[in-house]
Amino acid sequence: MKEDTRIGVFVCHCGTNIGGFVDVPSVVEYARTLPGVVYATDSLYTCAEDGLASIRGAIKEHHLNRVIVASCTPRTHAPLFQGVCEEAGLNKYLFTFVNIREHCSWVHMKEGPKATEKAKDLVRMGVARAQLLEPKEEARIEVEPKALVIGGGISGMVAATSLANHGFPVYLVEKEADLGGFVRNLNNLYLGGKDATEMLKPIVDKVTSNRNIIKCLKSKVAGVDGFIGNYQITLDVNGEEVKDKVGVIVLATGADEYVPEGLFGYDLYENVVTLTEFEILCKTKALPKIGSIAFIQCVGSRGHVKSYCSRICCNVAIKNALNIAENYQNILGKDENGAIVEKVGLDMKAPEEIAERRRRRRGRREREEGEEEAGSAPPPEGIEITIFNRDIMSYGLEHELNYNKAREKHVRFVRYSLATPPKVYVENNKLVVDYWHDTLKLQRKMNVDMVVLSTPLVSPPGAGEISKLLKVPLGQDGFFLEAHVKLRPVDFATDGIFVCGTAKGPADITESVFQAQAAASRAAIPLARGYVQAEALTAIVNADICTGCGTCIEVCPYGALRKNVDGVAEVIVAACKGCGCCGATCPEGAIDLSHYTDSQLLAEAKAALQEAIQ
Amino acid sequence: MNSFEPKVIGFLCNWCSYAGADLAGVSRFQYSPNIRIIRVMCSTRISPNLVLEVFKSGADGVIVGGCHIGDCHYITGNYYTDKRMKLTKELVVLAGIEPERLALEWISASEGEKFAKVVTEFVDRIRNLGPMPTKNDQKLMKRLEAAAEASKLFRLRLLSGKELRLTGKGNVYGEVIETERMDGILDSAVNDEYDRSLILGLTKDDALSVKELASEIGRSSEATLAHVATLRARNLLSVCAIDGFTPRYKAIRLGGA
Repeated sequence: MKEDTRIGVFVCHCGTNIGGFVDVPSVVEYARTLPGVVYATDSLYTCAEDGLASIRGAIKEHHLNRVIVASCTPRTHAPLFQGVCEEAGLNKYLFTFVNIREHCSWVHMKEGPKATEKAKDLVRMGVARAQLLEPKEEARIEVEPKALVIGGGISGMVAATSLANHGFPVYLVEKEADLGGFVRNLNNLYLGGKDATEMLKPIVDKVTSNRNIIKCLKSKVAGVDGFIGNYQITLDVNGEEVKDKVGVIVLATGADEYVPEGLFGYDLYENVVTLTEFEILCKTKALPKIGSIAFIQCVGSRGHVKSYCSRICCNVAIKNALNIAENYQNILGKDENGAIVEKVGLDMKAPEEIAERRRRRRGRREREEGEEEAGSAPPPEGIEITIFNRDIMSYGLEHELNYNKAREKHVRFVRYSLATPPKVYVENNKLVVDYWHDTLKLQRKMNVDMVVLSTPLVSPPGAGEISKLLKVPLGQDGFFLEAHVKLRPVDFATDGIFVCGTAKGPADITESVFQAQAAASRAAIPLARGYVQAEALTAIVNADICTGCGTCIEVCPYGALRKNVDGVAEVIVAACKGCGCCGATCPEGAIDLSHYTDSQLLAEAKAALQEAIQ
Repeated sequence: MNSFEPKVIGFLCNWCSYAGADLAGVSRFQYSPNIRIIRVMCSTRISPNLVLEVFKSGADGVIVGGCHIGDCHYITGNYYTDKRMKLTKELVVLAGIEPERLALEWISASEGEKFAKVVTEFVDRIRNLGPMPTKNDQKLMKRLEAAAEASKLFRLRLLSGKELRLTGKGNVYGEVIETERMDGILDSAVNDEYDRSLILGLTKDDALSVKELASEIGRSSEATLAHVATLRARNLLSVCAIDGFTPRYKAIRLGGA
């Protein structure tokens, strides 16, 4: 140490929260005896103005170069006391927090003497740590006030417009020749039923007319290097290479529809289509004449091929069912028997009742099947719509109303289970859905003209490549993985990169717009501020010991280490979060974590073990 | 024995376990006052060597607390903690110390009650085990020192650092190593390096023959001789005297210390 350590210890009574259980004056007395401690005092509330003033005064009067506050938890109060130290001209990294409330007085309320001993031990540990602390400077990193948005779908366009409206130049990179993404396939939209093209137009217009948005169509990102504030990007714009520097990146690469190859006769029969293909047929007005149509939900999702629920398909199927129903009115009264059957299924209660109903149903079934055979051509007044589902997920405020409306329009909802899925095949030149009716406990058949398979949204094939390029993680289903599912839903763990829309999982337009606006506003924070402050809690490489094995680079979740020109590891201060994984991993022991060094932790532990508890 | 009060060190991660301990305080869940908590940013920061050094310093027990798997603030940190503590435990067992003295616990910020329970139970367990045996047993202390030395070695640190990758994504050729095979590789590496560290520790002050070493480390003469040969090749051990036909070995002091 260049200068003597002059430690000041401030022990807090916290009213009676600490003082009521721990003998605070004796802790102060004890602290005075510890090496390096030149000043120790107590106060009723150290966090109150007079307590803070006493810290400020003591730093000046006693030339303190370390400050220890023994009170509550650093998780809530460290910034306050660190601020006070800085005001008094003491580097905030020379401050040590000792927790004698949450970890002592409050949890040993019935053991006063032991709690006092523990408080003394904790102060001693703090002093041992303080001896080894070093002042740190926080690096200030300039942020290039430009953004890159990858993906020109709804999410990407909304995010780009939002950032551009803040006044920042934005590169909007889209792989196709037109903006709009997946929504361009769609016919009309649920909730409002507006035409998809109509909804898309103003958004595209806003992007096109915005001078701050540099539109790169038929383009892709070829290279990304750097860290928050300083991403060096290389774009392939229609064959031309463009290089620039951006501060933040918003990822909105969207999703694809799962192609149900080999499922439900998709490859075999023309009239078996996916939900999106059905939308395209409707949109291009190429839908063949249909008398009966079946939607099969959860094709390839919810444990079938993919594990997740694709969230949107139930509502889209209901929307399409309503589209059909409303185009072919007078479907009412068409199939009274079917409606009764479902009603009976709903209020099954006692076994006798079930048996009784089954008897009645058997009678009906004969009639019903006869009817079906007679009317294999659809009744002239309406189209029979059946939605085979495993559960209908019409979540939220309005979708449930649509579901009810569909039921009013006599859309039939038939449940199936993963164990007994319906079969689709051709019999007598007619498409047939052969299914197990779970409520009736009967194997049944129906003739249909078309089968629509609701398949989930899946991560597009390029996601892996982008994930590698940006060094951001994919979840187990192949979608991009946010930093925290609840608290940081549009951030990546890597600073300066954000995600929105279906790139991070199935979402509808409303949700994608939410996410895009959220991502844009998160991305605008560093851009608007112009700089980011990197905490001085980072890994430090001892270049003399490092052999350049690269293990640290592999384990770092933030890509915060790289090999420098000398072939040894180097920490990218702006990207490092200070978890210390690299340090504990480094086979040569060449990496330490600043402010939580091995020697500091060991000194703390040794101080704790120094004297017997009692 | 009843007067024995264990000294337990708890390394808790800032985001989950430390916060869980805070919540225990806020909720006034009472627990044994025998634990001294040291805050770290992430449990992944705790290297096997640090834990073993703390044991060497006389801790009766060590608790390492992290976020639940999948909830790590630093994304993947606690997966490594898991592997590191597994390695540490192996070394602790080799050193002849009860593995119960080291506990790895996943405690979230909302599990104050669990934290209190974990500490009280752990302290009770240690109280039953008695004081750290190395305090009064020089031989055991030597073994613990050997374990701590082994935990610093390139081979073990590299293997435990790469374990997740090798069993997950695979090596640079994309070959994934099955967990059982990886465990086997690690086991043999841990055993070998521990034995070698122990040999170096034993021959620090005394010149010993292979036979004597074999009985000290509890391995066959053949295995011991192989270790001696390896250590000689690494330039860590040399023949210092020949007793009749029996060579005696002594560790080479590094750095002239």
